[in-house]
Amino acid sequence: MKAGIIVFPGTWSDRDCGHALGDILGQPIAYIDHRARRLEDLDLVVLPGGFSYGDHLRCGAIARFAPVMDAVAAFADRGGLVLGICNGFQVLQEARMLPGALLRNASCEFRCEWTNLRIEHADSPFTNRCRPGQVLRIPISHGEGNFYAEPETIRDLETRGQVLFRYCAPDGRITAAANPNGSLANIAGISNQRGNVVGMMPHPERACEELLGGADGNLVFQSAMRSLAALVA
Amino acid sequence: MPVAAPERDLRAVALSSREYEVILEKLGREPNHLELGMFGALWSEHCGYKTSKPLLRDLPSSGPGVLQGPGENAGIVDIGDGLAVVFKIESHNHPSAIEPYQGAATGVGGILRDVFAMGARPIAVLDSLRFGIPDGGRNRYLFQGVVAGIGGYGNCFGCPTVGGEVYFDDGYADNPIVNAMCVGLVRSDRIRTARADRTGDILLLVGADTGRDGIHGATFASVELDEGSHTRRPAVQVGNPFLEKLLCEACLQLNELEEVTAIQDLGAAGLTSAACEVAHRGGRGVDLDVARVSRRERGMTAYDVMLSESQERMLVVIQPGGETKARAIFDAFELHADRVGRITSDRRVRVRDGRDVAADLPLSALVDGVPLRTPPSAPGPPPTSVPVPPLVDPAATLLQMLARPNLRSRRPIFRTYDHQVQDNTVFGPGFDAALLRVPGTNKGLALTTDGNPWYVALDPYAGTRAAVAEAARNIVCTGARPLAVTNCLNFGNPDRPHVFWQLQESVRGLADACRAFELPVVSGNVSLYNETSGRNIPPTPVIGMVGLLEDLSLRCPAGFRRAGDLIFLLGDTREELAGSEYSRLFASAGALGVGEGPAARDAGEPPRVDMAAERDLHNAVLAGIARGIVRSAHDVAEGGTLVALAEAALFAGLGVQCPALSSGASPAATYFGESQGRIIISVEPRRVPELRSILTSQRVPAHALGVVGGDELQVGPVRLSLDRVRQAWETPW
Repeated sequence: MKAGIIVFPGTWSDRDCGHALGDILGQPIAYIDHRARRLEDLDLVVLPGGFSYGDHLRCGAIARFAPVMDAVAAFADRGGLVLGICNGFQVLQEARMLPGALLRNASCEFRCEWTNLRIEHADSPFTNRCRPGQVLRIPISHGEGNFYAEPETIRDLETRGQVLFRYCAPDGRITAAANPNGSLANIAGISNQRGNVVGMMPHPERACEELLGGADGNLVFQSAMRSLAALVA
Repeated sequence: MPVAAPERDLRAVALSSREYEVILEKLGREPNHLELGMFGALWSEHCGYKTSKPLLRDLPSSGPGVLQGPGENAGIVDIGDGLAVVFKIESHNHPSAIEPYQGAATGVGGILRDVFAMGARPIAVLDSLRFGIPDGGRNRYLFQGVVAGIGGYGNCFGCPTVGGEVYFDDGYADNPIVNAMCVGLVRSDRIRTARADRTGDILLLVGADTGRDGIHGATFASVELDEGSHTRRPAVQVGNPFLEKLLCEACLQLNELEEVTAIQDLGAAGLTSAACEVAHRGGRGVDLDVARVSRRERGMTAYDVMLSESQERMLVVIQPGGETKARAIFDAFELHADRVGRITSDRRVRVRDGRDVAADLPLSALVDGVPLRTPPSAPGPPPTSVPVPPLVDPAATLLQMLARPNLRSRRPIFRTYDHQVQDNTVFGPGFDAALLRVPGTNKGLALTTDGNPWYVALDPYAGTRAAVAEAARNIVCTGARPLAVTNCLNFGNPDRPHVFWQLQESVRGLADACRAFELPVVSGNVSLYNETSGRNIPPTPVIGMVGLLEDLSLRCPAGFRRAGDLIFLLGDTREELAGSEYSRLFASAGALGVGEGPAARDAGEPPRVDMAAERDLHNAVLAGIARGIVRSAHDVAEGGTLVALAEAALFAGLGVQCPALSSGASPAATYFGESQGRIIISVEPRRVPELRSILTSQRVPAHALGVVGGDELQVGPVRLSLDRVRQAWETPW
């Protein structure tokens, strides 16, 4: 699986994603400049975390105009796998590739801490290595991760099975106490209707080694690897 | 007969009339307005260290692994595998007292630049903070603003904030201490010093445009604050972490160019300090043209440009042939660079404004010529004794102690900091020391800052030794061996004899302790004049320490690991309560008042540090960890043994059963005294004989306390559910 990691000015999870995909999972990776107009020979595009363009104006609002975003949209239209993590999720929303918005955390504070995520659907290209209801430990690190969408959008997301990750208690219960940012319905990550574009606020690339506190994040990337292998086979 | 400069002009640049006379002597003429401003900046305490330099000479600064000692942007120590660790701590107290968010944010920005200017990628930030009691009003505003500023800058830049400490005391009311330490990594063959030693090299000023912000910042940091200080808010700079991130990535690429001679960040005293110091270090001169500097606003004078402290600017000294390559890198990051001057051979600084020469000064006089001073020194009045009542109810006292701002959980603070980015954080904030993986290796770096201000207030010499010992102990608890020290000396107005005495004694303690541990002091910073409306802060030396763990698989956590493990207290408990958090339960509210007259409270000797015993303890614990015998290790610090036991239990979510806690000292000192040189460890029962043999050979006294397990904290008469203990510890801010 060749992964292209998009680097906007102000992106900082690029190297962490490269470490997880390249050093730990042994996949070929390429860092892609925000000015690139074509994406070639890629199986997966990752939009990593960070503060693209300093989060000026609104998180992701400037990055969506970067030249590379047309190529990312075309890649997704062809069915390519796209994963937006944290700021990357915000960019995908601003680019209208995913629904909803990420508001300021209900606490009005930045939060960096480990969260528990319940797998809601295990048939997505980014969750197929998990069981439905499985709880993954993956950290968050954001000030604007409070998922919001209109009621009818939320309803559509739920009925179409697009809500993939929900903040939960360690035992999998969905509780207000387990919600770190005020997200509606404890939503931590969603996919588009087709399933090939996924955005999530937690950082799987920070949870790929027991040394750093946990390795559940590998399952997200390994799911992508499995779904691509299935395509080839 | 020299012509006296108008009082007003000298006051504006904080120079004395005696210093002005020296300037006249060195120049053989009167300086013009710009020249006087440049002298004022470089001869300020902040840049010139005129009061502290004679003292700092006594610090040990060399050692086998030291690649760069003090005098550069940061110190550098070899860690093997062709890698070196670069680190420094710096204060941003004065700006933070005026505008806490931007003051703290630009403090982080400045220390990051010091590290990446040396070619190193910043991998961690730690912050050492002191505030007045945060129960409301301005102290709470300062506390919250500083915490938000640190997070706001570091989170956006993408460097993890992995540790530090915060203490509260009325002595810091209105005059907070904000010290930021940055740690970076560099390939040993790529170290970049800020030394322009090639005549004809050109100077590129890259990054932010130059504005009027921060003019006289260095001067402002070198005088005491007063009621009018808030009107100096324009002297506080505004940070742009996004621009800094671009600047960092560009500098790291620039570092690969052979044509680059030096990279120097623009900090205090802006372009004046950066250009003059980089040329002076290389034994050269510099010719600048301020007309070439891009500006944020119209109407800026040469004076404004030379003394602006606008943030996120770097000065790159490069051979003319390398300019095209350098510009290609800047263009890739959409950074703007001005060619502002060149290196000359005549050891002078010449500032042009287009065709006019606005300043022309000998560099050695400007950079090195400040007359050093040794103000009068005298100990303050002896503190009066305040009796500490005997301990009545240890359980209730523990809950009361854990809820106090100086002891309660710091999680609500550090969870607002990204402490994980870069994927190296093995132990994050909240423990004895942070532990980071050295990327690409199996090694770890242990990092800590320490500086209990109350011990220093009681005895600056003994208190500073204790700070060094505690920092080393914190490093050792992770399994790492202490490597080197950086320090930030925060003191009041040195023109007051008792304050200068505190500084002298503190530096003496720092030097003695570092010699005893064979630790080089490779970088540091001095912040004086922390005085507000005649009130001086308690003397506050902050020790930053870096340790090396050769094999990360041997790391040791602070919290207990497994039920059934046996708990030992290493080191002896003495009748030492002075300066303890316990003693402050009974102190009436009020300033530390040390040296400020009879209001002094909390009298007595601070806990003693026996350096030989301390070294034996460290060697024993390191040996026990390296052989896998010691499964957890936690330093006994503020709050004493019972608080340390509670913390080790809370970290792990495992209870503790200790039938009794006893020592030769009183119950109060046994439970809550802060005797130094003590560590709580846990050990698998079958390995106790091996532990005993290590402890015997290192002459370390050990006291069996009990066993890990259950969901209660049971220590002698104390019997509390862990949930109840956690509730007290997690008292909201």
